[in-house]
Amino acid sequence: MAEENGGNGKRTGLVERVREDAEDIKKLVREKGKEEIDSLKDPEKTQLYRSIFRVKHDETPRSRSLGVLSNVFLHLHPAKVNRDAVKYNYTWGMGGITFYLFIVLTFTGVLLMFYYHPTKVQAFRDILYLENDVPFGKLLRNMHRWAAHLMIIAVWLHMFRVFLTGSYKRPREFNWCVGVLLMVLTMLLSFTGYLLPDDQLGFWAVTVGTNMARATPGLGNEGPFGSLLGMTPYNDVRFALLGGSIVDANALLRAYIWHCIAIPLIASVFMGVHFWRVRKDGGISGPAPVMLESDIKEEKGPRPVIMRPSGMT
Amino acid sequence: MRRQVIWAGVFGYLGVNLLMFLRFFFPRALYEPNTVFSIGFPGDFGLGIDQRFLMTNRVWVVREPDRIFVIFARCTHLGCTPEWKPSENKFKCPCHGSGYDSEGVNFEGPAPRPMDRAHIALDATGKIIVDTSRLFVDDPQAGVNHFNDPSAFLSV
Repeated sequence: MAEENGGNGKRTGLVERVREDAEDIKKLVREKGKEEIDSLKDPEKTQLYRSIFRVKHDETPRSRSLGVLSNVFLHLHPAKVNRDAVKYNYTWGMGGITFYLFIVLTFTGVLLMFYYHPTKVQAFRDILYLENDVPFGKLLRNMHRWAAHLMIIAVWLHMFRVFLTGSYKRPREFNWCVGVLLMVLTMLLSFTGYLLPDDQLGFWAVTVGTNMARATPGLGNEGPFGSLLGMTPYNDVRFALLGGSIVDANALLRAYIWHCIAIPLIASVFMGVHFWRVRKDGGISGPAPVMLESDIKEEKGPRPVIMRPSGMT
Repeated sequence: MRRQVIWAGVFGYLGVNLLMFLRFFFPRALYEPNTVFSIGFPGDFGLGIDQRFLMTNRVWVVREPDRIFVIFARCTHLGCTPEWKPSENKFKCPCHGSGYDSEGVNFEGPAPRPMDRAHIALDATGKIIVDTSRLFVDDPQAGVNHFNDPSAFLSV
């Protein structure tokens, strides 16, 4: 992290800076106190504007960092990022792109839900309606479709990059496992979304996909140990997925609920863990640390010790 | 002791809830085509493949000179419905290209075994009753062949 690198440099100004900060704090406390007393004197006078639109921070590095840290949306991103960690040729930005696509898919998906009924009679008609009559329906549907394709690609490329850069190694093993779960959830989102147009392509794709579930060891009626454990086409894992023994109305409704509610919720929870864990494990893993020559020339004191969070050298 | 009882209560409660949650996904009543149905008298079928019950019950009725049997129209590869092609005298699956001869025996593509045959019997009035929930399998790899079992075909 940048803070760790920055702390090694100029020590000469430190005392002055601390003194300045102390002065600032004193002034701030005095102002706050006055404000508080004023508001007690006149309770009618509230901070209406500031309570809704919040405070504008000063243009100092400390204040700007606070601005980031005290904002629920911005705090997801660290206030300071290592220069190496934002190199696109190293990270490809694939994790961020995946998250961005997830947001696009959530937004367009919710809009599509306004016109879609998950029933055998109406599902395919609603697709035609969206394609031909709904204002911007075709655009929305295609955005959802293409973002879904891109998300699958981005997830795989993200995994590929993490593998190539060895970022699954200590201390990031746990986050790799969370990532694998997220990838499986992305695949399941893609698969359940496949059936929803209720067209020939989706119908047969889900027929084929759920027939594979028949071969699940122990839980499928044609899998190893399946018949020994009493599995039939009417009580195995495929039956639970389809809500019946054939791909029909129940299967469509189940795919819809998994696709629109259950899996996005589960994935969101794991995404929270995934992003938090990136920070916990020392930020985005970067390449082996490199100092620019210009940086080295500026240093007057002893050679800086570069700390890597993962213990890499 | 008291602590253990409380934990047992908590985990028992959660466990029962999990079982209820899992059981919830297995419906008791299904609104699917009945697996047991009548297809009429043996004399209704001429030699060859009869497609009358394909759309409603997913079966082909096959009449040969000495027997009638019912093929369950599900590809043994991954469960698509093959298509009867009279000009080529074969069943062809559109999903991955498995091919079956006019008796439903696989000869091309990824299908691992012939298509299954449904249970077939005569009722008191002489009509044929088919049951697609009871299937007869011929699996050469596993060395089992139930195609000549009683109720896998009707002699005529």
